Amino acid sequence: MSINRKLCNLCGKCALACPSDALVLVGRAARADEMLKEIEKDVTFYDESGGGVTFSGGEPLMQPDFLEALLEGCKERNIRIALDTCGYAPCETVDRIKDKVDLFLYDIKTMDDGTHRKYTGVSNKLIIQNFKRLVENGSIISVRFPVIPGVTDNAENVTRTGEFALSHGVKQVCLLPYHRAGIEKYRSLDKTYRLEHLQSPSDEKMQMIKEKLITLGLDVRIGGG
Amino acid sequence: MKDRIRKLRERSVSTKPYITPERAVLITEFCAGEGASQSASTPVKRALALKYLLEHKQIFIDDGELIVGERGPAPKAVPTYPEICCHSLQDLEILNSRKKTPFAVDKETRKIYEDNIIPFWKGKSIREMIFGQMSKEWKLAYEAGVFTEFLEQRAPGHTVLDDKIYRKGMLDFKKDIKKSMRSLDFLNDPEALKKMEELKAMEIAADALIRYAERHAGKAREMAKKEKDPTRRKELEKIADVCSHVPANAPRDFWEALQYYWFVHLGVISELNPWDSFNPGRLDQHLYPFYKRGLEQGTLTKEEAKELLELFWIKFNSQPAPPKVGVTAEESSTYNDFALINAGGVKADGSDGVNELSYLILDVVEEMRLIQPGSMVQISKKTPDSFVKKAVEVIREGFGQPSVFNTDAIIQELLRQGKSIEDARNGGASGCVEAGAFGKESYILTGYFNLTKILEIVLNNGVDPRTKRKIGLETGDPSDFSSFDELINAYEKQLNYFVDVKIKGNNIIERLYAEHLPTPFLSLLISDCVQKGKDYSDGGARYNTNYIQGVGLGTITDSLTAIKHKVFDEKNVRMKELVNALHANFDANENLRQVLLNKTPKYGNDDDYADDIMRTVFEIYYRAVDGRPNTKGGYHRINLLPTTVHVYFGKVLGATPDGRKAGEPVSEGVSPVQGADRKGPTAVIKSVSKIDHVRTGGTLLNQKFAPELLEDEQGMDKLGHLIRTYFKLDGHHIQFNVINAETLRDAQKHPEKYTDLLVRVAGYSDYFVDLSTELQNEIIKRTEHKSF
Repeated sequence: MSINRKLCNLCGKCALACPSDALVLVGRAARADEMLKEIEKDVTFYDESGGGVTFSGGEPLMQPDFLEALLEGCKERNIRIALDTCGYAPCETVDRIKDKVDLFLYDIKTMDDGTHRKYTGVSNKLIIQNFKRLVENGSIISVRFPVIPGVTDNAENVTRTGEFALSHGVKQVCLLPYHRAGIEKYRSLDKTYRLEHLQSPSDEKMQMIKEKLITLGLDVRIGGG
Repeated sequence: MKDRIRKLRERSVSTKPYITPERAVLITEFCAGEGASQSASTPVKRALALKYLLEHKQIFIDDGELIVGERGPAPKAVPTYPEICCHSLQDLEILNSRKKTPFAVDKETRKIYEDNIIPFWKGKSIREMIFGQMSKEWKLAYEAGVFTEFLEQRAPGHTVLDDKIYRKGMLDFKKDIKKSMRSLDFLNDPEALKKMEELKAMEIAADALIRYAERHAGKAREMAKKEKDPTRRKELEKIADVCSHVPANAPRDFWEALQYYWFVHLGVISELNPWDSFNPGRLDQHLYPFYKRGLEQGTLTKEEAKELLELFWIKFNSQPAPPKVGVTAEESSTYNDFALINAGGVKADGSDGVNELSYLILDVVEEMRLIQPGSMVQISKKTPDSFVKKAVEVIREGFGQPSVFNTDAIIQELLRQGKSIEDARNGGASGCVEAGAFGKESYILTGYFNLTKILEIVLNNGVDPRTKRKIGLETGDPSDFSSFDELINAYEKQLNYFVDVKIKGNNIIERLYAEHLPTPFLSLLISDCVQKGKDYSDGGARYNTNYIQGVGLGTITDSLTAIKHKVFDEKNVRMKELVNALHANFDANENLRQVLLNKTPKYGNDDDYADDIMRTVFEIYYRAVDGRPNTKGGYHRINLLPTTVHVYFGKVLGATPDGRKAGEPVSEGVSPVQGADRKGPTAVIKSVSKIDHVRTGGTLLNQKFAPELLEDEQGMDKLGHLIRTYFKLDGHHIQFNVINAETLRDAQKHPEKYTDLLVRVAGYSDYFVDLSTELQNEIIKRTEHKSF
């Protein structure tokens, strides 16, 4: 069986009709109040662990109205909020939400604008600008640094990223080793995965980068948990 | 690990269990004998039988041992109890040859059975009496697999010792007995004579244990004389000294405390084969005064205490659970006899009970890695995080121990049942998960109850489709039900009927044990049997509780939920169509099965649609059982635990409306149906917390984690938070299998490589390779949570 994705308008009826869940619709449209109800289910766990909600994506800043409603709802309920973002959003959007977030998990993929353009299709200027805005605002930030072999893992980029964070008073860095879990997802979406050949970085490599950043004076953890 | 421990542990682990006819021969000899003893009252006769056994059985002291005493003539020699159930020659052959958990039976034993044991006990065992007295309705339900009967093969026990033996010797117990005898009122109490006989029996039993210990002292002295190694000679002399002092007198030190308990343990499991063997319970609390004093006085070091505890652990491992009769060659079993040692919890005054020994016990558990004794930690809101963390460190080793219990929930449960606050705080959990007032309560599990079978009978209007017999009430053709409420009403009626049948049976069986097999030795140990002059099995205990254990909460919930969702709400499946599909085991209607599996709400996902139905089932079951009197002045209660019976209950059950195929296991404990929980452990915790645990006497929740989740501090903290959250929500118990499915599949393929792989089954740990293939598959299937 093959799916003609050009005809798909995301109605989800095919998934509903598939008794064995071989076809599933991932994600759903939801209102903010619905989502808040879902979030409230886990409050008892946040209370115990000191944790809270992390908004991630996709990119949560792509839906600023929805996000803002959720952030306000959480604030009303005294639920702590982390926002996982790539930082690529209009400055006005960042301004709207910056005081409603307790912790930014902020992706810095590469300091080199050329590489950034090549792999993401956009410049990193806006990302760096937004980062500075948050720093000026006094927001708490943890840098997320994806370690992608041959792309971001070169010594120069590691040092530049570390120094950039430090120079803005940010000490927390999470190293996210590239993983291959996306391959299967792309396959089931009939999409071409262009990094199929790329392997995850070795433990030794991760350790090396970690130590390098520690010597710069950063608090480093491998993994995003 | 010390060399002594390594050797003894290795010997205990590698020795294959075998049947010894020793007990059967001695008990038969005594019962067939002549003379004054035969005309004595039943309790006195039982006490004399125990005395005869302990006086004549072989005494065994192994090389290097410090804590001594075996139930049989040697470690792993398992006695039989023909007065309860007598093995046939065929039973012995199956035990000898079956692949899983075999017990070797030699020719001589078979001959003894054929010539002496079987002819003498034919028609006399309590099992035969029980089946002789059960009603037709009871037998139909029993054979259909609606419920099981706990007491047809093993005696009522299910109990735990408190701190009394650490304060009193058997000689002190005898003084209490004398006092009780003196206070008997032969003028006004019509039961005075009966009480006198019971008290006489207890006195004889106390003497029997002292004598038994003296025989060990004698043997140790004799061995010391022949011993060439001066170090060992000294040890043997010390053993003789210890065994001359306890159990006659209260223990003076750590060593004597452990040895005393061990003699008591052997006394209980030699007198009869009570369920869950016996159990020291709150060991860290009981031993702490001896430990502290020893360290202060310089007579004990931490290392010595640990060594003695490890030797004590090995003693448990060397006493496998007595094997059943009437088994099939395929039926799996376990060597685990369910002694469950408690660490942590609170003291009688409500303050935190964790002490250095609580930690040391966890060290011992981790180092010993034995299937028994089982171990658990009691966590209260006052328990320090460091102790929770210590427990998690052992849990992540992945051999299924310790399990984790909520002290605050246990206390509430016991208080609700009418226990005093001190008795509740001094209690804990035993067996699999059962809450009890240790040392003061007889809490008997009477049988498992197949919650889903009731629905099957409703859907067939009173008929069991497997045996084609009408075994239940005619609650109407389900196709005529016009609402979900009508179905629920029919379910409740049907369930009430079978609970009535079960309780009626329980009341008879209880009397049979009280009249024919009293347990004077066990009675000595449990308050207030001595004061009341009444036997443990006859209402002597301060509290007397009977449980009927509900099984398959997940399967019944999902089944009813599927009917509500598809037949009554969406109306896209007709009841007739569903019932026919179930009869056909979904042959030719796989489509419907997939819809039921994947397109209906399921328990375990924090979805009120399903979870509300779980609550309805809980209330129906609770109303049917809770508060119904037993014959001992106590009440029936519910708990929700399966041991391994969810496999059997699945075998007797056709296909079910949740999409489960005929013969597959039902869900276990209060866990969701295997694989039905798709929203992770927090959603499971939320769903399961909707059960009112406090109105049960125990529930069992299994969670499986891949070991990598607990590799770092963060992962361990998360598990700690998960436990604390569940307990804040009044959850009773949670246990973890830390292992990945891949490993388990490999173990299935190559059992020889994994003979030491321990997994948590249900309230206890067992060797994975010893489990039936179905049970193995089921453990693999239990949702493996890959992230928190």
